[in-house]
Amino acid sequence: MRKDALVAALAFGLVALVPLGGEAYWLRLGTTMLMYGVLAMSWNFIGGMAGYPSFAVAAFFGLGAYSGAVAQKFGVPMVLAWTLAGIAALAFAALLGVALLRLRGHYFAIASLVVAEVLRELVNSATDLTGGGMGLNLPLPTMTSIDAQARFFFYAMLALAALTFAASLFTRYSKLGFGLRCIQQNEAAADMLGVNTTLYKVSAFVLSGAFVGAAGAVYASWLHYIEPPDVFDVLYSVKAIVMVLLGGAGSVFGPLVGAALFLSLEELVWRHYLQVHTGVLGLMIVLLVLFLPRGLMSISRRAWSRERPR
Amino acid sequence: MSALLELAGVTRQFGGLRALSQVTLSVAQGEVLGLIGPNGAGKTTLVNVITGVHPASSGRVRFAGRDITRLRPYQVARRGVARTFQIVQPFPDMTVLENVSAAALFAGGARYGREARDEAMEHLRFVGLADIADRSAAALTLATRKRLEFAKGLAMRPRLLLLDEVNAGLNPNEIDQALELIRAIAARGITVLIIEHLMKVVLSLCTRIVVLHHGELIAAGAPAAIVEDARVIQAYLGRRYAREQGAVRG
Repeated sequence: MRKDALVAALAFGLVALVPLGGEAYWLRLGTTMLMYGVLAMSWNFIGGMAGYPSFAVAAFFGLGAYSGAVAQKFGVPMVLAWTLAGIAALAFAALLGVALLRLRGHYFAIASLVVAEVLRELVNSATDLTGGGMGLNLPLPTMTSIDAQARFFFYAMLALAALTFAASLFTRYSKLGFGLRCIQQNEAAADMLGVNTTLYKVSAFVLSGAFVGAAGAVYASWLHYIEPPDVFDVLYSVKAIVMVLLGGAGSVFGPLVGAALFLSLEELVWRHYLQVHTGVLGLMIVLLVLFLPRGLMSISRRAWSRERPR
Repeated sequence: MSALLELAGVTRQFGGLRALSQVTLSVAQGEVLGLIGPNGAGKTTLVNVITGVHPASSGRVRFAGRDITRLRPYQVARRGVARTFQIVQPFPDMTVLENVSAAALFAGGARYGREARDEAMEHLRFVGLADIADRSAAALTLATRKRLEFAKGLAMRPRLLLLDEVNAGLNPNEIDQALELIRAIAARGITVLIIEHLMKVVLSLCTRIVVLHHGELIAAGAPAAIVEDARVIQAYLGRRYAREQGAVRG
């Protein structure tokens, strides 16, 4: 655990140097990567560690974005509004988890997929509060220069990503993480062995909601404008899942590696194959998942176990 | 001897099927009780009712003086009821040691980390698996997997151990080793309820036997008396055979 924390501190420290380069393109890409890192690490709690295929990331993201935006509309300071958004997503995840986590496998996946659609319709119709389909404008940050703003949101996402990483590292090496591994491998057997499966699953779901909610709020402030189809986009769920599967489900570094790889590929492919980029990207993902079903992190693990034969 | 486990008029219904009907049974502290019956008699259902997997439709289950009828499986496990599965179920992506640690941690009350690991190691030594503690649980043979089940059961610090056909699929040599192990467990003062098809096992281990047939308890008593019981013979071998036996003897 200490080794992992050290490696992560080093990596986050290096990423923190990106703004020194000063180029707006890299800042923007970095902020996006960190945001998707938060989404992927969050999905890993419920999808990787507990083995429940959740599609609720988009729901938490949109809920967080709108909670943060509405809070700021009523004059709540920005950073406090982000925190409130995280708490709102946390509470929502707890309630939702108690209801949905009775379902398993495909049934759970479908139920969690619908949540974002329901929330989007609610936000669409609550015109007074959310502006409905017109979207919602957010107050501009107090920083005057565009550069300073970009740097501010980069560091905000970095802080949130570091926090999410700390939570996953702590969970992975705690009793909670051990219990989740048991549930992921055989829930009935875990129950018979004394694991309070409901409590553990809901805890994982709550962890998978809170940070995504905060990320949604930061995203809203960063863009100054949100609308329902943008923040409740199912692609947030799908991308988070693909990233974790690319990197390695259940491991602490997997989601981060997966997020970085996915966005790099997306960026690269998009630049070189403007016409067919989604097709090329899809093909690459299929190949990766086919030949590395346990994700990129399994390469390092395999090398490690070859060094130490049993 | 006081009763550790008491079932009073337990019935379990699955839709129109009555898997258990009015079962009343009491297991004394320190007893090794055998539960036998033809296939489909409701033996595993009885274990599922006790452990809370399929709570009783009516009737009560009491353990150590407390009502456990409606408790969830994890709560029953923490109260001191451990079970092994008919089809063994280790966590495949974990090591043998981790499997047993999980039992010690979540049901046995050991603390996370060294304490759970040390305790797990002790139980692995007891069942003779200490030298493969770091092996992945998915790679074990059936006989070792059954031993692992024993170690997991013990790590839960049980007062009552429910063994659901732990000897199915083992060869005679492996069965002898398992018998020895069960005797050693009983000698520790753990009450054992053993579901078994192999009469050799039941007769050599149990202090008392109960027989289940079509969800009903049809006989209870000492092993020697049970094998002579006309209803038991009838349940296993049919009415005609029972009559012939009776005629020869009578």
